[in-house]
Amino acid sequence: MKSVFIPFVVLTVGLLAFSTYQALFVAPTEQTMGEVQRIFYYHVPSAWTAGVCFFVNFLASVLYLWKRNAASDALAAASAEVGVMFCTVVLITGPIWARPVWGIWWTWDARLTTTLVLWLIYVSYLVLRRFSSGGQTQVLAAALAVFGFVDVPIVYMSIRWFRTQHPSPVMGGGENSGLDPAMLYVFFWNLLSFTCVGIVLMVIRYRLQMLEEKVEAAHVTAALQGGAR
Amino acid sequence: MSTFGMTGATLYKDLRMEWRSKDAINSMLFFALLVVVIFSFAFTPTAEESRHIVGGLVWVAFLFAAVVALNQTWARELRNQVLDAYRVSPAPANALFLAKALGNFLFVVVLEALMVPLFVVFYQLRSVGPVWQLLVVALLGTWALVVNGTFFAALSIRTRSREIMLPLILFPISIPALLGMVDATTSILTGEASPDFWIKMLAVYDVVFTSVCLLLFESVLNAE
Repeated sequence: MKSVFIPFVVLTVGLLAFSTYQALFVAPTEQTMGEVQRIFYYHVPSAWTAGVCFFVNFLASVLYLWKRNAASDALAAASAEVGVMFCTVVLITGPIWARPVWGIWWTWDARLTTTLVLWLIYVSYLVLRRFSSGGQTQVLAAALAVFGFVDVPIVYMSIRWFRTQHPSPVMGGGENSGLDPAMLYVFFWNLLSFTCVGIVLMVIRYRLQMLEEKVEAAHVTAALQGGAR
Repeated sequence: MSTFGMTGATLYKDLRMEWRSKDAINSMLFFALLVVVIFSFAFTPTAEESRHIVGGLVWVAFLFAAVVALNQTWARELRNQVLDAYRVSPAPANALFLAKALGNFLFVVVLEALMVPLFVVFYQLRSVGPVWQLLVVALLGTWALVVNGTFFAALSIRTRSREIMLPLILFPISIPALLGMVDATTSILTGEASPDFWIKMLAVYDVVFTSVCLLLFESVLNAE
């Protein structure tokens, strides 16, 4: 496993450098939006990676509830943290793009609001993990993860209805419908490199979590043996 | 004893305890009253304006007040290790959950019944749409808050900062339900739109989350 991981990290760094270069210098400048459109190459891959992380979190949580093994709980913890990180990137890069293009920083549009609610749900998941102690954390967190994941489609559906009923104020720009092939090419490189970055971070965080649990267990053992003496 | 029998017995016990102490209902009532008064200072709307905003005010007030009762749900069972006794007993875990959820549902419904006249008086409310629809929204919406609230109260009772934890995990998940309740109430009060979508959405939310709660409660109850 380790022998594969180091080359993978090197490859990811290379990929990230290449795709960043592509996004900033190679991709054609968008006609109406100009240079600011290039944020698209970070924004959308981040959203995708966050989605992947939250999906991994859900699978790992269900697996934990079923198998009760430390590995799937560690994976759930790792993926939630990395997912929240990427989701934060999405929520920051979005308004930076929206301000010059839509003329406003934020609108309560379906996708924006769903992303924000998603972020809130997974932050609450991390808070729960932080504030619970002992062996209960895993079960409580896994249960909340299932709730969070089930909630997402309901959130999206309800907010879409909420917004289609009321016309939104400024929605001129919209999403790039029909991307230029040159842009699509750069976009896919970025998608790939961001996914790899997400995987690398998750693996590192997963290992850290497993180490933390080992240290915890070692402390407990030491305390028990010390008490016996 | 059957699941229904267990549910009934636990529910009866909780209602009797509440009837004697009135802890939950009194604290909820006073809390909701404070929220109503503070809101009416914060906004002084005309009768027409209040139709548009009162849906939000009512449900935010009920949500905050419900958290007060929800936090007491399980705290009662921690004294004298009642919850541990329940865990070692052969009684089905879901019977306990259902009893607690139904109990909280009744408390919050009583609270709503007592608070609605106050809202009508303070905000000079008169509904344009049919009032019976408000009843449907209230019942579905209250169950949506209470079923997840009861479950999350069982989660938060096991964390270090018990009372603070519940709203932190309950509110994000409840956002679509709250949106549904507020928008349905506003649609009915103003008579400008049909609340049908929201009523269906709340029904779906209730069914989905009641199932998830019943599926997961046993694991949470037995979490070590």
